[in-house]
Amino acid sequence: MLAFVVRRALLACLSVFLAAVLVFCALLAIPGDPATALAGLNASPEVLAAVRHQLDLNEPPLTRFVGWFGGVLRGDFGTSLNYRTPVGKLITERLSVSLPLALAGMVVACLVALPLGILAAMKRGSWLDPLVTTAAQLGAAVPSFWLGLLLILLFSVQLGWLPSGGYVPWRESPLENVRSLVLPTLALGLGQAAVITRMTRAALLEALSQDFVRTARAKGLPGRTVVLKHGLRNALVTLITVLGLSFSQVLVGAIVIEQVFSLPGLGRLALTAIGTRDFPLLQGEILIYAGVIVLLSFVVDLAYGFLDPRIRYD
Amino acid sequence: MTKAVAEPRRTVLFKAVPLNLALGAVLIGIVIISALVSFVWLPHDPNAMDFTAQLSGPSAAHPLGTDHLGRDLLSRVLVGSRGALFVGFVAVGIALTLGCLVGAVAGFVGGLLDDILMRLVDVLYAFPPILLALLLAAIYAPGTLTAMSAIGLATAPTFARLLRASVLELKNRDFVEAGRALGATQRRLLLRHILPNALSPIIVQTSLSLAVAVLAEAALSFLGLGTPPRTPSWGTMLREAQGFLQLSPYPVLVPGFAIVMTVLGWSLLGDGIRDARDPRNL
Repeated sequence: MLAFVVRRALLACLSVFLAAVLVFCALLAIPGDPATALAGLNASPEVLAAVRHQLDLNEPPLTRFVGWFGGVLRGDFGTSLNYRTPVGKLITERLSVSLPLALAGMVVACLVALPLGILAAMKRGSWLDPLVTTAAQLGAAVPSFWLGLLLILLFSVQLGWLPSGGYVPWRESPLENVRSLVLPTLALGLGQAAVITRMTRAALLEALSQDFVRTARAKGLPGRTVVLKHGLRNALVTLITVLGLSFSQVLVGAIVIEQVFSLPGLGRLALTAIGTRDFPLLQGEILIYAGVIVLLSFVVDLAYGFLDPRIRYD
Repeated sequence: MTKAVAEPRRTVLFKAVPLNLALGAVLIGIVIISALVSFVWLPHDPNAMDFTAQLSGPSAAHPLGTDHLGRDLLSRVLVGSRGALFVGFVAVGIALTLGCLVGAVAGFVGGLLDDILMRLVDVLYAFPPILLALLLAAIYAPGTLTAMSAIGLATAPTFARLLRASVLELKNRDFVEAGRALGATQRRLLLRHILPNALSPIIVQTSLSLAVAVLAEAALSFLGLGTPPRTPSWGTMLREAQGFLQLSPYPVLVPGFAIVMTVLGWSLLGDGIRDARDPRNL
């Protein structure tokens, strides 16, 4: 098992390193002089010199990469050109909005999708199955940001129950904080719920078609025990993959949702960074996102190994 | 000589057209016809502003209503369908070309090259379309080209993995061995024997990727990283409508339904093709 974990960990580290190379190379790909591109055509020579100094543009690319990546490993992502603040500090601040949003979205998605998917698989052949399947197919085609706009239209404009946007920190008012996150969470979670429902149903149906399930039924076990104890446990490997992928999508989907609901999260910070051509900030943010996605994939890989011992010995 | 070798999965029998395939084809047919019609006929100039009819509901003059500048929503949504199809086809074209090239070479050559290529593919998995679009927009400028490239690059890994798996499965099959024994070159084996037999999952994935591309393009345009505001696109229409939700729902509803219809169409089509080609359904 240890060899399996070490091998997967090394592969994850390699992926993060290659992602860092890709993100760093983006600066090299800027056409023309990067300092002029970032500071603007009208920037004074002093400003250009300051940008060059801050980004070490006078050094060879390899030296710059070693310096930048070494900093990243120590948690130092450089300094934002626009905010004049360490990138790591800005990201940490904004994560306090984006991470709870993504986690809450994922909880909503699981709460809706898992029971529906299990129910659809258990009731295959009844009216419930096609109803859930059709709703899930339709739901997967709805963009989360459009769903967000529809939720605003219903709950803010028509009913006036919830705010249409803005963010109140937990410290200021816990109730308003929750109220400001209800609609974004629903928009983010319901879209993913559609995908997870379909996959849960498919994985469970696949598991329920296996011989050991037939044996369990033949032994006289109650239907619920067969589904939950034998079927669901064997569908877990597929479900863990789907949940891992879904969490990545929720995290990235939050970028758009933050824009819909004017939430000061990582997504809005990234869009501001593009508007102000704040490259160190954008590089740091994108690397954090890519790193989290690689980490999720690593966790999913480890979960496979724990859930299905056959995978460890491959 | 090699032409005589039978390729077992080339002929596909369709028992009946599955419902999802038919429904998907109808929905995509509507979108394609809308895009074609928009080239020859539009009820109004999609960019013509009418300040006497701002945010109006459906009427004889404007069947789907107007936006905050009094522009006809039907005309704009029709023109938007061109962009959705164009961006989708180009982005998926990039993904297909790149992904299939990498997948075919990695699967066929194997060894160290396979390891290197698949590691690069794994890295691209860590960059969903929005992240790549952010990166490309910072290097160049936000726009249709950067959006298409980002979507294409981000969806390419799926094609690479799919084709690699098929090539790995097929390259040791008897009909390939027979071709090799008859003196077929590596290139001929790959292009004439293996690839035609590996196309089925790729066709399905193309349709599903088109759905992803339409969603991603809409999201990028909504963020201001896709189609520029002057050109009507569904995502841009939603972005502009966001500020006027309290005054009229139509500018949000109309492009949203168009996106849902197109995405649903492509995914139903993909699912339908898979169902139709699944031997268990015969």
